[in-house]
Amino acid sequence: MEDKEKNDNRLLDDVTNGGYKYGFVSDIDTDIIPRGLNEDVVRLISKKKGEPEWLLDFRLKAYRHWLTLEMPRWAHLDIPPIDYQAISYYAAPRNNTEGGPKSMDEVDPELLKTFDKLGIPLQEQKMLTGMAVDAVMDSVSVKTTHREKLAELGIVFCSFSEAVKDYPDLVKKYLGKVVSYRDNFFAALNSAVFSDGSFVYIPKGVRCPMELSTYFRINASGTGQFERTLIVADDDSYVSYLEGCTAPMRDENQLHAAIVEIIVEDRAEVKYSTVQNWYSGDSEGRGGVYNFVTKRGLCRGDYSKLSWTQVETGSAITWKYPGCILAGEGSVGEFYSVAVTKNRQQADTGTKMIHLGRNTRSTIVSKGISAGHSENSYRGLVKVAPNADGCRNYTQCDSLLLSSTCGAHTFPYIDVMNDTAIVEHEATTSKISEDQIFYCNQRGIPTEEAVGLIVNGYAKEVMNKLPMEFAVEAQRLLSLTLEGSVG
Amino acid sequence: MDNKLLEVKNLHAGIDGKEILKGINLVIRPGEVHAIMGPNGSGKSTLSGVLAGDPKFTVTEGSATLHGCDLLSLSPEDRSHEGLFLSFQYPVEIPGVSMVNFMRAAVNAKRKYFNEPPLSASDFLKLMRQKRAIVELDNKLASRSVNEGFSGGEKKRNEIFQMAVLEPRLSILDETDSGLDIDALRIVAGGVNKLKTSDNATIVITHYQRLLDYIKPDFVHVLYKGRIVRTGGPELALELEEKGYDWIKQEIDG
Repeated sequence: MEDKEKNDNRLLDDVTNGGYKYGFVSDIDTDIIPRGLNEDVVRLISKKKGEPEWLLDFRLKAYRHWLTLEMPRWAHLDIPPIDYQAISYYAAPRNNTEGGPKSMDEVDPELLKTFDKLGIPLQEQKMLTGMAVDAVMDSVSVKTTHREKLAELGIVFCSFSEAVKDYPDLVKKYLGKVVSYRDNFFAALNSAVFSDGSFVYIPKGVRCPMELSTYFRINASGTGQFERTLIVADDDSYVSYLEGCTAPMRDENQLHAAIVEIIVEDRAEVKYSTVQNWYSGDSEGRGGVYNFVTKRGLCRGDYSKLSWTQVETGSAITWKYPGCILAGEGSVGEFYSVAVTKNRQQADTGTKMIHLGRNTRSTIVSKGISAGHSENSYRGLVKVAPNADGCRNYTQCDSLLLSSTCGAHTFPYIDVMNDTAIVEHEATTSKISEDQIFYCNQRGIPTEEAVGLIVNGYAKEVMNKLPMEFAVEAQRLLSLTLEGSVG
Repeated sequence: MDNKLLEVKNLHAGIDGKEILKGINLVIRPGEVHAIMGPNGSGKSTLSGVLAGDPKFTVTEGSATLHGCDLLSLSPEDRSHEGLFLSFQYPVEIPGVSMVNFMRAAVNAKRKYFNEPPLSASDFLKLMRQKRAIVELDNKLASRSVNEGFSGGEKKRNEIFQMAVLEPRLSILDETDSGLDIDALRIVAGGVNKLKTSDNATIVITHYQRLLDYIKPDFVHVLYKGRIVRTGGPELALELEEKGYDWIKQEIDG
C-alpha cells in the first residue's frame, strides 16, 4: 500500500516536473519596454504601433476607467496580489517592430524554429494545408499564413495591427461593441494596453474553406500578453476558428488578459475552439500563467449561431466565461467545455447565455476534471429577457474527481423573466472507479493509459466538437496532462 | 510430464483483514479445463481476483506461478501480458470509450511488452473482424462504448471476444453463465471451445452443471470455506447438481 503511494507520488513528480513539453524559452532578440503602467506607457504602445488618434483615445478612456476599478473577487479563486507596475506591457521580437517583416527571409530564424517546435510551421513550403495560422509571439503577430488565398474570397484574416491600418472602418465599427472597456477590470486593462491579436472578416455568403487559427506564444519574461481577437461573420457566412496557447516554464506568474469579440449576422455561423495549454505552474503551485480573459459573441442576426468549444488544461489560474448574447430571433448559442485542473491549479470557468431574442436556444455542456490539490469551478449564467418568448436552454454540468484532495464546484445562475422559457439543468459528480482501472489493467492496459482512456471517454461529447485537425492533439493533451494524477 | 501452466501453493488471501482463501493448492497443465464449483461465499471470485491481481485483495501467504513466473510479484497488466485472462462476472462499463479504442490500447500494450511495434490500423481492424465472428458479435460493436448499454448476454460475449483477441494461455471464466439465456450460453460456450488448444487452459467458475454440458471439464474442484475440499472428474459436477452441497458441507463441518 505504501509502495503504491510512493509510486503514485513518483509518477506525479515525473509528470509535473517534466510533462510540459512547451516549456522551453527561445533566445530571440526582443524589444521590451520598461515595466510599469501609466498614460505614457499607453501612449508609447500606441505610438510603437503607429495607431490613429481615435484608437489612442479608446485606449486612454479604457485606462482612465481601469484606474477606478478593483480586481473582481467574486470568483472561487485565491488570486495572490498582482503588482501591475511590475509587468512590462509590450514585448516584440526585434526585427518585427517596424511594420512587420516584408518576406519570410526577414523573419528571425529562431522565431521560425520556435513555431516549428510548437508544430506550427510558418514557411510557405511547410505550412499546414487545411489551416491558416496567425502566429502571435508576446505582443505582436509574427506571420499570418494563407492570407492571399483567403483574400481571393474576400476573407480578411490578418493581425489586429494590420487591420487597424488596412481596414480602419471595420475595426472602428466593431471594436468594443460586444465587450466594452467598461465591462470588467481585465477588459478595461486589455483595452488600454492590448498589443496585437487576430482580425477576421467573412463577407456575406462566404463559407471559409479552411480553419482559421491563432497560436499565442508567450516567450519574454516579466511580460504579460494582452491580445484582442475580433471576428465578424456577415450574413450567411461560416467560419471555424481555433486558438492554441503555450508559454515557457517559469517560476514567476505571467498575466494573460485577452478579449475576444465576435459578431454573427443573419444566418451566419461561427465555431470558436480553444485549446488552452499555458504553463500551469509546478507541483507546489510556483509559476504559471494567470489566464483572465473576456470572450463574448453577439448573435445579432436572426437565426445566427455561435459555438464555443474549449479544452482548458493549462494556466495556474483561469477566469473565463465565453458567452453568447442571443439577440437575433431564433439564434443559437452553444458552449462545450472540458476544464482540467491538477496540482495547485485553479479554474473558475463557464459561460453566459443571454437570451434577448424570441425562440433563441442555447446548449451548455461542461465537463470538469479535477486532480491533485486543484480547485475546479463551473460558473454559468442563463438569462432570459422579458420579451424573449419561446426560449430554450439545456445545461449539463459534470464533474470528475481524480483525487480526494481536489475540489469541484458548480455555480449555476438562472435568471428567467419570461414564462414561456424552458430551462433545464443537469449535473453529476463522479470518480474514476477502481473497478474500471482494474478492468483495463486486466486487459493489459497500464493505469496511466487507462486514466487517459477513461478521461477522454468522459470528455468525448466535447472533444467531438473540435475540428478534426485539433481533436487528436487535444486527446493526447488530455491524457498527457493527467498522467500520474490518480490517487 | 511435469508441464505446469499454473501452480498455486498454499495460497492465503483476504479482504480488509478478513481471510477468505485459506490455503489453496491447484495445478493446471496446458490443454486442461478445470471447473471450480462451490456454494456462495466459498471464495471462488476471490480466487480469480487474486490470481488476476485485483488490488482489493491482499495475499498473506503462499505462491502462484504462471508458466514458471512468479505471478504474485507482477502488476495486473503484466499478468495479462504473460497470458492470464479474466472474464469478469460483472464487466464494468466505461462510458465514451469505444471498444475499438479499448482493444487497440490492450493489444498494443501487450505488443509493447514484447517489444513489438503497434499493429497498423488495417491489421487491427482485420483482427477485430475475425475475432468478432467467434462470438457472433456484430459490426456495431466497434463503435459502442465498453459494455455501456450492453445486455447481460452481450457483456459476456464481449468478454469472450476480448479473450479471443488477446489469446491468453490461461483463461479464468468467472460465472460467465450467470444471467445468460440458453442461446447466449451456447454462443459463449461455443466461443470458448473454439479458442481451446493444447497449449492453453481454462478455469471455469460456476454454480451450475449446465455450463459444463457445453464446456467439458477435465477436473472439477469444490471450493468451500476457502479451501479446495474435493477434486474429481466431470462426474463430480453431476453429483453436485443432483445432491447439492449439503453433503460436502456436512462432511467438512462434521
